[in-house]
Amino acid sequence: MAKSAKKNKRLVIRTITLAVLAIAIIFSIASKDKVKVLAVGDQAPDFELIDLEGNKQRLSDYKGQGVLLNFWGTWCPPCKKEFPYIENQYKDFKDQGVHVLAVNIKESKLKVEAFRDQYGLTFPIAIDKDESVKEAYNVVPLPTTFFINKEGEIEQIITREMSEAEIKSLMESIQP
Amino acid sequence: MNKIKCQCGHDNPFGTVLCESCGRPLTEEAKKSKLVDMRYEGSSRRSQTYKRSIIDKIWNFFSSVKIGVSIIVAVLATSAIGTIFPQKLYVPFTAEADIAAYYERLYGFAGVVYYKLGFHDMYSSWWFKILVGMLGTSIIIASVDRVIPLYKSLKKQRTKRHISFMKRQRIYGEGPSDNPDEALTKAEEKLKALKYNVKTEDGAILAEKGRFSRWGPYVNHTGLIIFLLGVLLRGLPGFYVDETMWIREGEMRAIPGAPGYYLESHQFILENYTKEEAEDVFGEALERVGMIPKNYQTDVTLYKTKDGLPGTADLEKVEDYSIIVNKPLKFSGYNVFQMDYRLDELKAMTFQLTDKASAGSLGEFTVNLVNPEKTYDLGNGARVDLLDYYPDYDGIENGEPVSKSPLPNNPAFIFKMVTAEKPEGEKSFVAIRQTLETEENNYKVNFLSAETRNISGLTIRKDKTLYILLLGGIIFMIGVAQGSYWNHRRIWIQKGTDGELLVAAHTNKNWFSLRKEIDKVKDFAQLPNYEDRKDPESNSQKEGDKA
Repeated sequence: MAKSAKKNKRLVIRTITLAVLAIAIIFSIASKDKVKVLAVGDQAPDFELIDLEGNKQRLSDYKGQGVLLNFWGTWCPPCKKEFPYIENQYKDFKDQGVHVLAVNIKESKLKVEAFRDQYGLTFPIAIDKDESVKEAYNVVPLPTTFFINKEGEIEQIITREMSEAEIKSLMESIQP
Repeated sequence: MNKIKCQCGHDNPFGTVLCESCGRPLTEEAKKSKLVDMRYEGSSRRSQTYKRSIIDKIWNFFSSVKIGVSIIVAVLATSAIGTIFPQKLYVPFTAEADIAAYYERLYGFAGVVYYKLGFHDMYSSWWFKILVGMLGTSIIIASVDRVIPLYKSLKKQRTKRHISFMKRQRIYGEGPSDNPDEALTKAEEKLKALKYNVKTEDGAILAEKGRFSRWGPYVNHTGLIIFLLGVLLRGLPGFYVDETMWIREGEMRAIPGAPGYYLESHQFILENYTKEEAEDVFGEALERVGMIPKNYQTDVTLYKTKDGLPGTADLEKVEDYSIIVNKPLKFSGYNVFQMDYRLDELKAMTFQLTDKASAGSLGEFTVNLVNPEKTYDLGNGARVDLLDYYPDYDGIENGEPVSKSPLPNNPAFIFKMVTAEKPEGEKSFVAIRQTLETEENNYKVNFLSAETRNISGLTIRKDKTLYILLLGGIIFMIGVAQGSYWNHRRIWIQKGTDGELLVAAHTNKNWFSLRKEIDKVKDFAQLPNYEDRKDPESNSQKEGDKA
């Protein structure tokens, strides 16, 4: 009796030790040696920017609604391509609780306004002058689009140009 | 698993070679051998004994010193291979295709092989990490498997050992004694004077010192494990930051990796040694090289958000600082280092509006390339509107001018010139050394001069694991010192059955010193002669001394 209890204890200790070490190794492989990178399912970091019209745009004010958060630049060709699609979908979805917020990375107001007028964009556009929102979202390539659901969680992160059908289905996915 | 009962009555764990208590050899092999193997005191390394489940088998694998050494060799070899060509981190490209091309161009076929095998990203490859992880596992399991039985058997050792144990020691001597009891008392006195811990039992003495030294390797391994743990923690967010940022003069931006902190650059300064200053130090080198930099400096102001919300302008000034090489800006665990610079990026351009016919000026205006105005009023009813602006003009695509980046490397403008003569305005596209007009204009915009600014390259570092690494390193060194500068010495003296005396001794290193100490005891207490069976030369010398 005592002998088998001892054997079990040994097996348990060895198993736990090996499991802890295995987890440590897996963790070291999974970690990217970087600051925290946002992932699908994370809470979208809150921020506050002033849009071109001078209105405050605070992400948490949209709680209860879906938000398409797009990071872009006037010089980036895929941004130019996808903006008309986003504009189209915005017109359909804005009354169904899905918002669009476009964040330009650090360009001049003149340039961004000229772009907006050229493409006839009606959704709010804000300029991230000090790149703090970009840093908070770890945005590297442009365009990067975050689809945020009504709970403020990130549903999807797209780091390339999107087709209109893709935008539509993703906006449906965050519709409250 | 059965216990092994020794003749002395002690129960030993299965696999024991020498009885923990009296030291009798228990295995056939040990009984046959002339000298016993004293490693781990002949105790049962548990890994060697239980081989039942898969867990036991994995455990035994990592417990093996042979496997441990093989892993060390593998880690060393791969680490060395990683230094043959530069790692990916130091390649000035980010796209995989460019990196591959880089290795091929610089190192030819060897470079291609190096890249294909993944050696260009050696230290973050999954298999390298697994190798290091296996090393850590091996260190832990092999240590635990040895230190526990060793501790137990040193604790359980009896003062009086069996004669078969004594006879199999490397240092052994026996001989008749006139007064064995007096010899033992005197030996005890001398051994105590030599700072031994002396225990006596029924006509036997065990003198021991420096047992502490036996724990050296395990302390050392603990230090290594703490070190590896520190490296592992670097993967956790908040423990380790290594980021770079480019910041232009007059620019304010969020510091990457340091949420809530902002940096404003006022000025980047590059100073060179003047000829007079450098003459003494650099002499001819200055003439050959031309210029030798003296100082790289970025004057900055550090800000912090009040509520921590990105994008808000509610900033609080923390401090002004001049970042100089080796004098980083320090705040809450972060260090911001001066690392790089670029000089003379376009910042503003000054133009003149002129009448083509008379070449007369209607006024000058300056366009800030970072934040251009929409309208420049020149007075007297003349004005220039900036309709659009292309900071990095790259030709015309689909009838539309294109900028390939947001940086003002090659600015181009669409101006509308409104004058008293042409109140509806004339449009003109102005790029560097190029002016396009849709129809012939009466006026033109002339480039006069440009202002530039410098860019500082800064590195942001934070390393909370540094103290853990330091602690690991210190413990490692303590272990090394403990194992190297102290020796574990034991001397057994006991009475034989016929009134003769037996002497045996063991140390884990430095046998010469042990012999010297035994000689002192021997001379003082008239103990029998002994011999070192692994160093016969020392015996003949001693006999030579006597003769």
